Amino acid sequence: MDDKTEKDILQDIAAREYEHGFVTDVEQEFIPKGLDEDIIRLISAKKDEPEWLLEFRLEAFRRWRKMKMPSWAHLDIPEIDFQDIIYYAAPKKDSDRPKEIDPELEATFEKLGIPINERAALAGVAVDAVFDSVSVTTTFRKALSDKGIIFCSFSEAVREHPDLVRKYLASVVPIGDNFYSALNSAVFSDGSFCYIPKGVRCPMELSSYFRINAKGTGQFERTLIVADEGSYVSYMEGCTAPMRDENQLHAAVVEIVVEKDAEVKYSTVQNWYPGDAEGKGGIFNFVTKRGICKGSGSHLSWTQVETGSAITWKYPSTILKGDNSSSEFYSVAVTNNFQQADTGTKMIHIGKNTRSRIVSKGISAGHSQNSYRGLVKMLPGAENARNFSQCDSLLIGDRCGAHTFPDIQNASRTAVVEHEATTSRISEEQLFYCNQRGIDPEEAVGLIVNGYAREVLSKLPMEFAVEAQKLLSVSLEGSVG
Amino acid sequence: MEMNEILLEIKGLKAGIEGKEILKGVDLTIRKGEIHAIMGPNGAGKSTLSAVLAGRENFRVTEGSVTFLGQDLLKMSPEERSWAGIFLSFQYPVEIPGVSITNFMKTAVNAHRKAKGLDALKAGDFLRLMKEKMAFVQMKPEFSKREVNVGFSGGEKKRNEIFQMAMLGPVLSILDETDSGLDVDALRIVAHGVNALHTSEKSVIVITHYQRLLDYIVPDVVHVLKDGRIVRTAGRELVAQIESDGYDSI
Repeated sequence: MDDKTEKDILQDIAAREYEHGFVTDVEQEFIPKGLDEDIIRLISAKKDEPEWLLEFRLEAFRRWRKMKMPSWAHLDIPEIDFQDIIYYAAPKKDSDRPKEIDPELEATFEKLGIPINERAALAGVAVDAVFDSVSVTTTFRKALSDKGIIFCSFSEAVREHPDLVRKYLASVVPIGDNFYSALNSAVFSDGSFCYIPKGVRCPMELSSYFRINAKGTGQFERTLIVADEGSYVSYMEGCTAPMRDENQLHAAVVEIVVEKDAEVKYSTVQNWYPGDAEGKGGIFNFVTKRGICKGSGSHLSWTQVETGSAITWKYPSTILKGDNSSSEFYSVAVTNNFQQADTGTKMIHIGKNTRSRIVSKGISAGHSQNSYRGLVKMLPGAENARNFSQCDSLLIGDRCGAHTFPDIQNASRTAVVEHEATTSRISEEQLFYCNQRGIDPEEAVGLIVNGYAREVLSKLPMEFAVEAQKLLSVSLEGSVG
Repeated sequence: MEMNEILLEIKGLKAGIEGKEILKGVDLTIRKGEIHAIMGPNGAGKSTLSAVLAGRENFRVTEGSVTFLGQDLLKMSPEERSWAGIFLSFQYPVEIPGVSITNFMKTAVNAHRKAKGLDALKAGDFLRLMKEKMAFVQMKPEFSKREVNVGFSGGEKKRNEIFQMAMLGPVLSILDETDSGLDVDALRIVAHGVNALHTSEKSVIVITHYQRLLDYIVPDVVHVLKDGRIVRTAGRELVAQIESDGYDSI
């Protein structure tokens, strides 16, 4: 044995439970809490927005006020007081040096493994770093703009590329789409904007990293990705938050437009603070992500590894409009302790010969509840469309729940929809087999779970795959023994 | 003749599962370098003995002691027993979907090294070790990429067990019905592997119902386990007697 005492080891494990739970001590400015038209005007003014965008927000707010929180998901959501949330928080800029990044923020992202200083940055990954309501910086912009690629914060895109933003904003997720997307449309702060011009293959991974830091706030990011004809981009998203006893709301909207023969790969490693072992605290992650395969031969692939958040409500979906377009959804969702997840996808087939593939791997441990919810819809014009869905659930222990809610609507005579589902447990035999070879129970669970999720993990970009594998093991710590 | 050091000492071992007593007082002493065969009819408690020695949780020890290299084995977790040098070749090796043999063995080998205070093996060194041990049980290179026991034939599963044994270099190997489901060729490969790994510092327990495997792995001592007790201990000549007259003759 190494010379660590038992106490050290226990402390290590406890500390490893959520390693991104720290708070950055930086001076921040807040607006008053609560939500009304004045608050929305204030957010819009802070960002120096054009009139049309303010109108967009106000319209969204008016719609949202008439809407109700959706209750159809298999989730037990405590009442949320939307007047008790601060809708905008941003680190204060040094008025003498407004262009410089606060070293505290640089250190924060460094600590999260996301160096935002280009000299230290990961080769081949451009990062947009969002801290509470604002983007701190976006790296490698020069190298990208040489190819005509726009990758910047959403606020900046509104200023620099208003025509593009106006053309595509809410074109995939309309203002009144759902309760949370309407809320987001009213109050969204920052996020990423990305445009790949015709025929350009983006030479590096683009990524956004979202960090919640301020207490009592919500984060409402807005991301818009447009891949013009024949272009290609791989985009990754990561997120973390401090450990707090209060729940915090994260309601994002991501819209993706894929034009003719273009390809977008969108990967998420969602690691918001999940709450403690008793279910106290954690992020409510209520997110609307949707893409449209607009042109013929376009392709959109979603890969998500969901390990964080107290409650996840999220269905990255694709509208397959262009003929011969295709989409994939690969998901691993892990819930432990008292986490709840209701996640899945919608594949809406409109065009001819459209193809979709869904691979969902749910892993439940502790007292958690984990649901797959999916819709495969074949419209009458979706001739010869195909879908294949595979939904697997893995249970660890006997106090958790796994649920599958697949919905298939086929109005096309020639479309074929296939659905397979399995539920399994990590068996005592598997654990013992690993233990007998010298692999301790925690590591054995990590190994077995990573094996189970391999098909999905293999779809992640290299930079994310290693991180995701570690995360799966860490998320399940304390789930056996 | 000078006696070798005692490796494993079982005294008055009683154990069972779900309240049912299966081992009813087993005594057994194994010295370094010895090969012991434990034979017996179905239901005699052979597999229970191997499970208890490896530390399987659902088997409960109610009485007796087991000492391994001077340590109280019954106080050790299954992984600690593995680190101390106990290897169990499973009768029914379990499938671990999605986990490659390489990944599985790398995790196991490095867990053993960590327990000894050694750094993890470098990737190149590990792959060289894999290659060497795979050749040993005549595994093709593709084998390393396959998922642990998934879609393996009976023979492949048992060869995989012996391969893992070679990788981990145990002091005491327990072969639980390793001959079941093996054709003659696989039996030869497995036996060759076990014999080649055997040294004067290491011991083997061969648990079997039949004589077959013992034609290839020749035991020093043969025990007959019947109804939870060792009812007879003799030299290798006992194997032939059982084969011709059956367990009822004992």
